[in-house]
Amino acid sequence: MTAIHILKDRENQIHETGKAPFNMACDKHSLSGSVSQRACVFCGSRVVLYPIADAVHLVHGPIGCAAYTWDIRGALSSGPELHRLSFSTDLREKDVIFGGEEKLYRTLTALIDTYSPKAAFVYSTCIVGIIGDDVEAVLRRVQKEKNIPVLAVHSEGFKGTKKDGYRAACEALFKLIGKGDASAVGKYAINILGEFNIGGEAWIIKNYYRKMGIDVVSVMTGDGRVEEVMKSHGAKLNVVQCSGSMTHLAKMMEEKYGIPYIRVSYFGIEDMSKALYDVAEFFSDNSHILEKTKTMVKEEVEAVYPELLSIRKALSGKKGAIYVGGAFKAFSLIKALKMIGMDVVLVGSQTGSEEDYAILKDMCDDGTVIVDDANPLELSKYIIEKKADLFIGGVKERPIAYKMGIGFCDHNHERKTPLAGYEGMLNFAREVYYTVTSPVWQFAPRNVVN
Amino acid sequence: MMKTNSDSNEIGIKNACKLCTPLGASLAFKGIKGAIPFLHGSQGCATYIRRYLISHYKEPMDIASSNFSEETAVFGGGANLKLGLSNITKQYEPVLIGVATTCLSETIGDDVPMFLDEYKKYDDGGQKSHLVHVSTASYRGTHRNGYNDAVKATVASLLNKVGKTVTDERQVNLFPGMVSPKDIRYLKEILSDFNLRFIVLPDYSETLDGGLWSEYQKIPDGGTDVSDILKMGNSSLSIEFGRILANEDSAGKFLESTFDVPCKSMGLPVGVKETDIFFKSLEGLAGMDTPEKYQGERARLIDSYVDGHKYVAGKKAFVFGDEELVVGLASFLSEIGIKPVLCATGGQSGLLKKKIMEVNPLFSEPDCIVSEGIDFVGIMDFAKMLKPDILLGSSKGYHIAREMELPLVRVGFPIHDRVGGSRVSHLGYRGAQELFDRIANALIETKQASSDVGYSYI
Repeated sequence: MTAIHILKDRENQIHETGKAPFNMACDKHSLSGSVSQRACVFCGSRVVLYPIADAVHLVHGPIGCAAYTWDIRGALSSGPELHRLSFSTDLREKDVIFGGEEKLYRTLTALIDTYSPKAAFVYSTCIVGIIGDDVEAVLRRVQKEKNIPVLAVHSEGFKGTKKDGYRAACEALFKLIGKGDASAVGKYAINILGEFNIGGEAWIIKNYYRKMGIDVVSVMTGDGRVEEVMKSHGAKLNVVQCSGSMTHLAKMMEEKYGIPYIRVSYFGIEDMSKALYDVAEFFSDNSHILEKTKTMVKEEVEAVYPELLSIRKALSGKKGAIYVGGAFKAFSLIKALKMIGMDVVLVGSQTGSEEDYAILKDMCDDGTVIVDDANPLELSKYIIEKKADLFIGGVKERPIAYKMGIGFCDHNHERKTPLAGYEGMLNFAREVYYTVTSPVWQFAPRNVVN
Repeated sequence: MMKTNSDSNEIGIKNACKLCTPLGASLAFKGIKGAIPFLHGSQGCATYIRRYLISHYKEPMDIASSNFSEETAVFGGGANLKLGLSNITKQYEPVLIGVATTCLSETIGDDVPMFLDEYKKYDDGGQKSHLVHVSTASYRGTHRNGYNDAVKATVASLLNKVGKTVTDERQVNLFPGMVSPKDIRYLKEILSDFNLRFIVLPDYSETLDGGLWSEYQKIPDGGTDVSDILKMGNSSLSIEFGRILANEDSAGKFLESTFDVPCKSMGLPVGVKETDIFFKSLEGLAGMDTPEKYQGERARLIDSYVDGHKYVAGKKAFVFGDEELVVGLASFLSEIGIKPVLCATGGQSGLLKKKIMEVNPLFSEPDCIVSEGIDFVGIMDFAKMLKPDILLGSSKGYHIAREMELPLVRVGFPIHDRVGGSRVSHLGYRGAQELFDRIANALIETKQASSDVGYSYI
């Protein structure tokens, strides 16, 4: 076996449960030359704001950043689809020398004239600040001329990590909130934060809440609309999924508008049900809500349970590895894998916090490897050593699994299948079942007995 | 780096028909044995490019980054670069590290050659990986330029040390350009069958299209051996594909001017005519006729042209993507009776029209429009106006195909919505055969599907 060494500077971001005192480092800038799976500040902002479907998203910089994020996510819209277009100022050498402000102005105004968006987000990429563009000034001018909100997203790639990009996106969203008329928002109304409608997940979740008698004012940002965001301050509760990306916004809304927030996850039966019950409990002044919730959860669970049990039988004792963006999703995936009979041998995230990793440690059996901001070699080392049968990750993790003959489930934003909610759990279980039990692995070198 | 006056635009881009230079450089470095690409800039550049390439090649794609922070951008990237090189060396033990810059490191004015010299002197810990530097500011040129510049930088920096020892009359260098792994395998097969010693650079035919592993490979097997690259000065000829590249600075021209290795530039061998030029050159060099195997391929190809010509006759095609492939496809289409009514690229070499005219004797405006610096929204506008019958290009043309209900024959890079992007053939008689069959069948299928009758013979 080819030896894979862990870089000394990375050792304190890897922990095997039960082996040493738990003292994990995280929240660090990625180590140069480590081949981090993380992207950059721009990526963090882009993923959060991407699903807002009636806004123009203009990437201010050379062509790469816009080209690589064109139609990248499976975030669906029930109406306009401006978010699926890729707009770039396509800065050239001349612009780098003389500045890109005029080009930004021309491009942005032309886009607004062509597409009549409800708002525009302008993402600054690495070189924008360095060449000295006063983006805010250009945007103020355009906002005045075109009479729509035009928002700067300060997402220069090097100015922090993906988490700082989430923050920049939250700051931009926060500027929209409060601009709309929230007088018609009812008493039992929530916002859903950190749900991006991948494969229609927001619709599934919204439907559950609707059945409970809860109104959803705005989903941020799945199937997002500017107008809904603008009146979201009328909601009584913010329900935050993907807490890494959106807690910042929830906190700002709590401070300014007095809206409390709860953290939830919609992945797996257990967490999904908790997300619904927690909301029902918040509105405990109305006992009908809790009753409806109970009935609905019962029905939904009964609909998927028999098949989940048969899948559990087939997968019992198989081993899973998890490497995802946010740690909160990892919590749910551990529970979801356990529910279908699988053991977790590796779990990690790109952006987990100290608190998150402490929770992960408590959730995992001894001998589980926990990693922060890992790289392909580390992930390969542990999925091989721990004899994983399944790897859950994103596109960049897929070939790592496949090359070693290990099944894979895409739980990132490029997937097209909803994995949230009860039906999503069934989709997830089926996908895991099909990949883990596929006959193709009989030909993989690791399974061929000489 | 190429500079032309046409490389500018006054207004931004909607749905780009091009990618950035560091992507091209990363891809080229993946074709060198034991090499790892290293992008000097923000973490996102490496990660986005990895993801984009993986979605096409479906293979591991490790690309390192020096991961700039705010301090790096203020004080310069030297320390980060050296730390990154040291870490990548510890992890991967690479034979070669291909360091490509990004818009960020270029804009702050990092002196990368100086950093690399310092690293080699003081910091490399005796590992002695070859370090190749290529300047790839993403605001200058496209992925095509990044690719070609990385190939040139590799040859120029490695051969500066060694130079020429002898002239090997039977050794040829081939610079294939940005073609598929399957294309590269085929080119190697051809060169073998001509009994030539050959050095193909880059060669990602295995690194980006290999089998499953029994042991983990930090850097996937395959690629052009550095020891072979060092012998390129001894070759009796370099063949360089790309009619646009013919007018630009290149690896082949470097070898010609520095080591007197003649450089023969020719178009990407797509279709009979362009492939004939390639085979003629090999015949001359090898002193033998084209092997029967390829004569047979050529004969069957022409037989199929005849059998299928009426299915394709007079059809209007849009061709879009990398300039070199667009030129090759225009040549191919014009020899089978399809009119390339729009030849489009996001690149701006300023040469596309001239090159299309060279390969398409039937070229006349405005029946054939050549558009440089165009984006996919622009191509869609043309589609509504010109109403083509078929699209040829990357999978990024799918939105147009869907809206206009047109067949899209996926070629080149990227192919993100189908399996087998690595295994698309474009080159030689065999590649033309695959292209012809796919195009004819796509047109037949469209006709069959749109017929009320439901013919079972076509």
